[in-house]
Amino acid sequence: MATATATPRRAIESGVPDNTPFLHPVLKRNYGNWKYHDRPRPGVLHHVSHSGEEVWSVRAGTQRQMDVHTIRTLCDIADRFAEGHVRFTIRSNIEFMVGEESKVAPLIEALTKAGFPVGGTGNSVSMIAHTQGWLHCDIPGTDASGAVKALMDELYHEFIREDMPNRVHLSTSCCEINCGGQADIAIIIQHTKPPKINHDLVANVCERPAVVARCPVAAIRPALVNGKPSLEVDEKKCICCGACYPPCPPMQINDPDNSKFAIWVGGKNSNARGKPTFMKMVASGIPNNPPRWPEVSEIVKKILYTYKEDARPWERLSDWVDRIGWPRFFERTGLPFTKYLIDDWRGSRASLNASAHIRF
Amino acid sequence: MDKSMHPTPMLDELESGPWPSFVTGLKRLAGENPMVVDLLGQLETSYRTRKGYWKGGTVSVFGYGGGIIPRFTELKDADGKPQFPDAAEFHTLRVMPPAGMHYSTDVLRKLCDSWERHGSGLIAFHGQSGDIMFQGVRSENVQAAFDEINELGFDLGGAGPAVRTSMSCVGASRCEQSCYDEGKTHRTVINSFLDDIHRPSLPYKFKFKFSGCPNDCMNAIQRSDMAVIGTWRDNIRTDEALARKYFAAHGLNDLVNDVVNRCPTKAIRLVKAAEAKAGPSVSMVKVSDEHALEIENRDCVRCMHCINVITGGLAPGADKGATILVGGKRTLKIGDLMGTVVVPFMKLATDEDREKLVDLAKRIVDFFAENALEHERIGETIERIGLVNFLEGVELEIDANMVATPRTNPYVRTDGWDEEVARINAKKSQAA
Repeated sequence: MATATATPRRAIESGVPDNTPFLHPVLKRNYGNWKYHDRPRPGVLHHVSHSGEEVWSVRAGTQRQMDVHTIRTLCDIADRFAEGHVRFTIRSNIEFMVGEESKVAPLIEALTKAGFPVGGTGNSVSMIAHTQGWLHCDIPGTDASGAVKALMDELYHEFIREDMPNRVHLSTSCCEINCGGQADIAIIIQHTKPPKINHDLVANVCERPAVVARCPVAAIRPALVNGKPSLEVDEKKCICCGACYPPCPPMQINDPDNSKFAIWVGGKNSNARGKPTFMKMVASGIPNNPPRWPEVSEIVKKILYTYKEDARPWERLSDWVDRIGWPRFFERTGLPFTKYLIDDWRGSRASLNASAHIRF
Repeated sequence: MDKSMHPTPMLDELESGPWPSFVTGLKRLAGENPMVVDLLGQLETSYRTRKGYWKGGTVSVFGYGGGIIPRFTELKDADGKPQFPDAAEFHTLRVMPPAGMHYSTDVLRKLCDSWERHGSGLIAFHGQSGDIMFQGVRSENVQAAFDEINELGFDLGGAGPAVRTSMSCVGASRCEQSCYDEGKTHRTVINSFLDDIHRPSLPYKFKFKFSGCPNDCMNAIQRSDMAVIGTWRDNIRTDEALARKYFAAHGLNDLVNDVVNRCPTKAIRLVKAAEAKAGPSVSMVKVSDEHALEIENRDCVRCMHCINVITGGLAPGADKGATILVGGKRTLKIGDLMGTVVVPFMKLATDEDREKLVDLAKRIVDFFAENALEHERIGETIERIGLVNFLEGVELEIDANMVATPRTNPYVRTDGWDEEVARINAKKSQAA
């Protein structure tokens, strides 16, 4: 330990910093006074203020987990072109604002030269919202940054173009908690076997009543195993969700062979057109195959390109399926519709077809 | 640095391809910092065995109970010694971003310099709750790292059963759809909960998110316990020059197929320009000398679609504010829940308006603290006790905007009906 000082420094509980000093000067001058925007090319937003002032924002993809050198490279570019200001989007893209149109092309050139793809605007496939994975999470079934890198390599051209019917949001999550979140297409670990319990450790590591309470299907009960207080799982009831694992690490849910990937589609948080929707599971049983997870990429691309070919302008993936129906979704994508995709959780009857509406 | 690299054949495969590679970044850091050499060693092991090797623990800074995510390696040899000792402790500092995630390069450089001195040099912009994640620091350096970041004007975010770090969209700073000052509102609300962020003592996490319009770019409805989503009450505004510009570029087919037909409530009609007229609740805009759009704003649900398509030609009204929804969350434990409406509209134009929002947020978090079961999110509490009990608990009036439909089953005791009608009528006449 470092030498302990008598009175440690007391934190300044400043909370969320004021963003005013960080705003690009054009944004600051036109705060709350924007009139409209258009997109002169993929990766560039052009906003016009009621004052007549204009700003061009150039968006570039990043790896999210950035080393300080990468950040400094981005800062150098911002200092050269964007008056020393940047912002990040919710999907870890970086944006450079410039007040003169003449700076846009050289800025794009500088970013491209430094290895940052310019795109992610409008009807593109934007950067994948993702989690921590093996790099930093304590309960991951897989990696996040690597899976995202592998998939974005494959979807690079869809990031730098705006060729999709509407925007496409992707996410990945390395356990069923789904920190990656709802998306048009989401890739999420799906465990297929109950936890393997190390009974020697449970009593010392786990607060047993809390673990029992955590189970969504009441499959966990206290038990004495080899004379030690532990927990046991009714494996017939267990839905392999992994909820017991974070509060009780000796209940290992991750399994190199039996933890698979599932693919979900049709999540939409925007209120545009229909109400927001949750995504639906459409495939599972996909192997966890680092370092590039080719089986995952193949299915994601199949869904994505079927949507691209078949959807009409402005249809998000969920809007498209609303029009063509689930039977044709499975037919067109070639994905098998299995019994595991029929919901049996609480409230599940609302997901059944309570009508004679059948498309032939 | 004399520490030699571990072989990383699997990670090396992630250095090729056009997307920026985090592995290349880590290797560059490894040249200067033995911690990252060993981090790569452990990560490669995970890739090979398909297992994770971090466990949590307790690490914090003086005066705070949360905000640090402790990580200790579990990858040890037969004697219990870490196989990758320089990365045996690899904690994360969660740091709250400024609203809209705007930065000056000056502050980013200072944050980088500081993290290079105290930590691994790896920073994620941003985590899924919005935090800047300073990843990789030993226990002994946590306090010093935090002190510097704190002196730069940044503060730790939430972790555990606490109010969590929040996010707001780019909003008023660069978006024409902004319906309130997202940045100011975000900061005002979150900075009213610093004790609940820094000293976790709630039943479980509680998240706020701030989106400036119903496009909800922050995904507030699905991912926050309390979502503040911008909207407006008056008529959609129009700009004929921009509407004509759209029509000239797209023509009648696109106008019909992409705008008129996609209105979810059929509030938009295509009319002859000569006969078109605006009214008290009708927005009208001519798109050519022949054609015009009429929008019946009483039927409009503020979905944003037509405004997204004809940006500027159509725009949110002038009487702006926000809809408040409560209870969004992902699966665990009872299944996914969307946020649902608890306040159909509130103004957020002044400091006084924002104080009312803070007051509502405090009532909701207090109710959560007192009534939620351990590890229960507020959406699950509402599912368990019913919306009406929740509304009474936080002193909100019911409103028909809170339901998709009224009740579809008779399983309710209604012997208080007459008193309830009398109470509503009395309230109405009092307001009149």
